Amino acid sequence: MTPFVKHTGRAVAIGLANIDTDQIIPKQFLKRTDRSGYGEFLFFNWRFLPDGSPDPGFVLNDPKYATSSILITGANFGCGSSREHAPWSLLDYGFRVIIASGFADIFFDNSLKNGLLPVSLPEPIVDELIKLSTSDEGLKLSVDLEDQIVSGAGLAVRFEIDPFRKESLLSGMDDIDFTLRHEAAISTFERDSMPIYRF
Amino acid sequence: MRTLYDKIWERHIVHREPGRPTLLYIDLHLIHEVTSPQAFDGLRSNGRRVRRPDLTFATVDHAIPTLNRSLPFPDKVAWNQVETLRRNCSEFGIRLFDLDRIEQGIVHVLGPEQGMTQPGLTIVCGDSHTSTHGAFGALAFGIGTTEVEHVLATQTLPQTKADNLRVNVEGDLPFGVTAKDLILAVINRIGTNGGTGCVIEYTGKAIRSLSMEGRMTVCNMSIEAGARAGMIAPDDTTFDYLEGRPFAPKGENWERAVDHWRSLQSDPDAVYDRTVEIDAGELAPFVTWGTSPEMSVMVTEAVPEPAMGRDEASYIKALEYMGLEPSQPIEGIVIDRAFIGSCTNARIEDLRDAARVARGYRVASGVNAMVVPGSMQIKLQAEQEGLAEIFVEAGFEWRDAGCSMCLAMNDDVLGEGERCASTSNRNFEGRQGRGGRTHLVSPSMAAAAAIAGHLVDVRNWKFRS
Ligand code: SF4
Repeated sequence: MTPFVKHTGRAVAIGLANIDTDQIIPKQFLKRTDRSGYGEFLFFNWRFLPDGSPDPGFVLNDPKYATSSILITGANFGCGSSREHAPWSLLDYGFRVIIASGFADIFFDNSLKNGLLPVSLPEPIVDELIKLSTSDEGLKLSVDLEDQIVSGAGLAVRFEIDPFRKESLLSGMDDIDFTLRHEAAISTFERDSMPIYRF
Repeated sequence: MRTLYDKIWERHIVHREPGRPTLLYIDLHLIHEVTSPQAFDGLRSNGRRVRRPDLTFATVDHAIPTLNRSLPFPDKVAWNQVETLRRNCSEFGIRLFDLDRIEQGIVHVLGPEQGMTQPGLTIVCGDSHTSTHGAFGALAFGIGTTEVEHVLATQTLPQTKADNLRVNVEGDLPFGVTAKDLILAVINRIGTNGGTGCVIEYTGKAIRSLSMEGRMTVCNMSIEAGARAGMIAPDDTTFDYLEGRPFAPKGENWERAVDHWRSLQSDPDAVYDRTVEIDAGELAPFVTWGTSPEMSVMVTEAVPEPAMGRDEASYIKALEYMGLEPSQPIEGIVIDRAFIGSCTNARIEDLRDAARVARGYRVASGVNAMVVPGSMQIKLQAEQEGLAEIFVEAGFEWRDAGCSMCLAMNDDVLGEGERCASTSNRNFEGRQGRGGRTHLVSPSMAAAAAIAGHLVDVRNWKFRS
């Protein structure tokens, strides 16, 4: 996994609550068997009109936000399907950080495992950031994982993150390698503690 | 003092240390064609094996056709996915319930039906509706593809313990009100993120009175309330369902298993982080009107007025997408399609419910209705019980098993603006097809809507024999 230490970039907002993973990446793009190349399908049904042309009304198609790498959005982002294609497509499109007042559990875990940083902030602050991002000059933010600070436009807000997850992100550590350090414990469990009833 | 979740959790701890997630052992890993290919690639590129192929089972369900199964499918990309799963299963020694097998079906229908899903187990699958299996008193949750690879390689998962949320449903479900209505009511009450960070345990008389099929419907949609898992403590209903199934313990092992399973109950003084109380007697059939499963009302009500406050943008967008007006009565909303299927509602009991409504009627002209059984075994059973005949005579399409129009990865898709009464679990924008409009309902409500041509209250149905 690519480590995440610090990121500075322009922010773009989709200020809706409950954006589900079917919106992030619709099912017709889940038939491929690789991990990359999903960026062009991100928010497909919102980005493109039924005839395939870009929908000028959708914020990601606004040239002003073309280089955005931080997405600000409403509560419960990433709810629904467990598809890891959701963080894959966000990353592939160029996002490194998602800021919301809350995330769905599976999406949250999937993001961390791919080096995409989900930042939970209180709703009033998220609303404020959304407002700033739509201003004429736009919003440039710095997200520092080491210090757990989001800063920009005169604001500096601390965010919480589980220390273990922070460490994994900073080092880009692979979970499997970490678990395999406990292989002896797994074997012991299998010998002594497995349920008696097997398939 | 401990809940069922606490007990299963503790029994599966392989390793723990302060400040780190706990390493949990996984007893059963189910895989399917869509979320597994990248995980197998990961294993190969790191030279890793599958640690316990004997605890891993695969099936094909998400992208396969349900109308014409002759091979290869016309959809080359979907076909490649199925072929990839076949290759991966044979390379890594995993049992696959392939298209030509009677067991084949939706992964969350197959596990219980084959008796793999058992009380007290930890069960994972790269699919959010893995919560279904919690109906047996298992700890079952959906995972992403990176985690699928982790389980394949180590048969464990690093996990952080969730909170305990109890949903206690007392009273009796009135006539015509089903497990589906109950869970829609729960989601309506606590919201689509009401269960975030929690495992829900469902308790109370109304839950105990449910069949296993009904319990699976309830646990299935726990994820729509944001919960990682839903669980119901096992009892005689659970054991009766499991006895004699292919992978269930046999003989002396069965007796020992049941003895152990009986101990899988929350202690009477168990502490929950939160409890929600629901009176089943007050419920009516539920229908969703919006694009999130929490956007629902009772069938006798109307599309709500705009909610004041923060979620107004989502509300307006939902109504616009659904093509509905505030205060429009739910009964009377005209539909184009009806879909009876999915891991929420495609088990034999669901088909019996729908067939009871359909018997002696015809699907309204202009409505396309289809029934997609959850597994090929259910399909066969429904044919033997005469249910298929009722559906076909009524003008429903009778399909082969798969996810079908629950997520519309195959050819079963809603057209732009088409409105569907659906027994599935997600009414998200475009879930059943771009521009398609989904109303989530129970199987009997879907069948009634198909015949009436619009949403109706199935409690007033004139059943024919
Ligand atoms: S039936 Fe629907 S919800 Fe269930 S596993 Fe298939 S796609 Fe997912």
